[in-house]
Amino acid sequence: MALSTFTPHSSTAKAAPNVPTYRRRKRISASRVAATVIVAVLSFTWLVPFAWATITAFKSETEAAATPITIVPKSGFTFDAFAKVLQQGNIPQWTWNSLFTSTAVTIITLIISTLAAYALSRIDFKGRKVMMTVIVASLIVPPPVLIIPLFYQMVSFHMIDTYWGIILPQVIAPAMVFVLKKFFDQIPRELEDAALVDGAGRIRIFWQVVLPLSRPILAAVAIFVFIGAWNNFLWPFIVTNDSSMLTLPVGLQTIKSAYGIQYAQNMASALLAALPLIVVFLFFQRQIIKGISTTGLAGT
Amino acid sequence: MSTSTVSTESPQAPIQVLENTHAGRLRRDRRHGWGFMALFLAFFAVFLIWPLVHGVYMSFTGKSLTGANSSFVGLANYVEALGDTDMWHSMGNTLYFTVISTVPLVLVALAMAALVNMGLPAQWLWRLSFFAPYLLASTVVSLFFVWMYNPQLGLINELLGKVGIAPIDWLNNPDVAMWSIVIATLWWTVGFNFLLYLAAMQNIPQSHYEAAQLDGAGGWRQFFSITLPQINPTTLMIVILQVLASLKVFDQVYQMTAGGPAGSTRSIVQYIFETGFTGYRLGYSAAVSYIFFAIIIVVSISQFILTRKRSA
Repeated sequence: MALSTFTPHSSTAKAAPNVPTYRRRKRISASRVAATVIVAVLSFTWLVPFAWATITAFKSETEAAATPITIVPKSGFTFDAFAKVLQQGNIPQWTWNSLFTSTAVTIITLIISTLAAYALSRIDFKGRKVMMTVIVASLIVPPPVLIIPLFYQMVSFHMIDTYWGIILPQVIAPAMVFVLKKFFDQIPRELEDAALVDGAGRIRIFWQVVLPLSRPILAAVAIFVFIGAWNNFLWPFIVTNDSSMLTLPVGLQTIKSAYGIQYAQNMASALLAALPLIVVFLFFQRQIIKGISTTGLAGT
Repeated sequence: MSTSTVSTESPQAPIQVLENTHAGRLRRDRRHGWGFMALFLAFFAVFLIWPLVHGVYMSFTGKSLTGANSSFVGLANYVEALGDTDMWHSMGNTLYFTVISTVPLVLVALAMAALVNMGLPAQWLWRLSFFAPYLLASTVVSLFFVWMYNPQLGLINELLGKVGIAPIDWLNNPDVAMWSIVIATLWWTVGFNFLLYLAAMQNIPQSHYEAAQLDGAGGWRQFFSITLPQINPTTLMIVILQVLASLKVFDQVYQMTAGGPAGSTRSIVQYIFETGFTGYRLGYSAAVSYIFFAIIIVVSISQFILTRKRSA
């Protein structure tokens, strides 16, 4: 009965911009209203943890731990928790550590993966097929399997509690090499052949022909790698001890045990840690979503 | 075949472009290929291949963090691990988590994508709220949920109380704790699967739906006979990615329950971490790592075979 009106994939389904408006107006059916309600309830639910953390962070510690719980505290909202956390804690230092290490991971990963992917896609060298197989095969290695030997290796490299110790083991991204190779495969060879005939070397072709054409995929890979590195917990957790060397995610874990039951401060710290990526996301929503879906899909 | 092209060997001779023959390029490419690969290979060898190989060696020794007794013990670590009930318990927890997390992480993502793809108003808002949690570090997610799960002061029990449900001890009840972690994980990472689904759905040509509409197929019918079959490859990929990701679960469990209560949520990665860094038994921990690796390989290969069958 409802079949005729419920149209999850009618012609309006595609992203709004390329859909003529006359079609959109046609379908204001009961089922579309129902679907809107469902999606609204769902997304409201998804926002609750953010909202609750924000409300708590702006309460005083006494209000945050008071029963029955309130949404608007009697004594009003306050910045106390944020002020305390920023004064006493290491959050600014950890944010810097995270920013520095994630940026370094992203840059190094981009450079080494792009070069390797270009060779795998375009250059006929002996052993290319073997290399390709080895790289694809390495996708199967779960990072946790490596933590024990890698930790031992970092000890002998004297890299415990150093930025390099955090950064270097994170720069190998076989999946990203694969994504980039797939992209390079699609660039018409004629563009390069013309340059080759003109006497340009491989490096110049790579730099002047291939890279400029690859901006979208480079951005996508960079976004993907950066988010992964920014949020990585296990490896920085293992390779750092010194409180001044921790990254944000790892630092937060120590706050939890150090502050104990200071709920407002816990939430203020969590929000401060979440803020940078959320702000970046709000500005570059379109690019990030595109980046995640292309790399996420192609990376498999 | 390359003798005729020796002249192109000298890269400083761009005037000889006409002799830049195919064979000559091949020869230069051979060097350039490895040149382009060199940096990646160096890192790959030092930070992936070497630890992978060295880990196998470690697993045959009694190596410990304190440095004592790094003698060769043969298969002793593996034998001990296979008889270690704690290890099997952690492995069982991990598999349990994988099953009960993968199902909602795929189905909820599918539902979200189908809804957003309907072209309802304020699309960006739904997309934003479903995906935003994915941008959070695990620690942030854990802080949020530990606070909401708080038995006395938590928002969830408060809301449940309003509809007459008795308070639940979300993280301290062994029967509930794993589900609490699944809920937090669902909130955190479903947005990633959602995006993959949404991208796949947006790639389905509109003409399919238009044809179906002309044939009088309604919404549900279109969903089941066009959308679902069209995104089948994506579903398969999402399931595979999700199973592999869930098997590696560590962060949120370690942060929210530390594996408790009574080891009921301890995952295999946490067990590796604990035997290595709390128990200081690196050799033993390496052995457990490789048993885990073996399971990952078995799962991956069976998924690969399944995929082959499906697409064949």
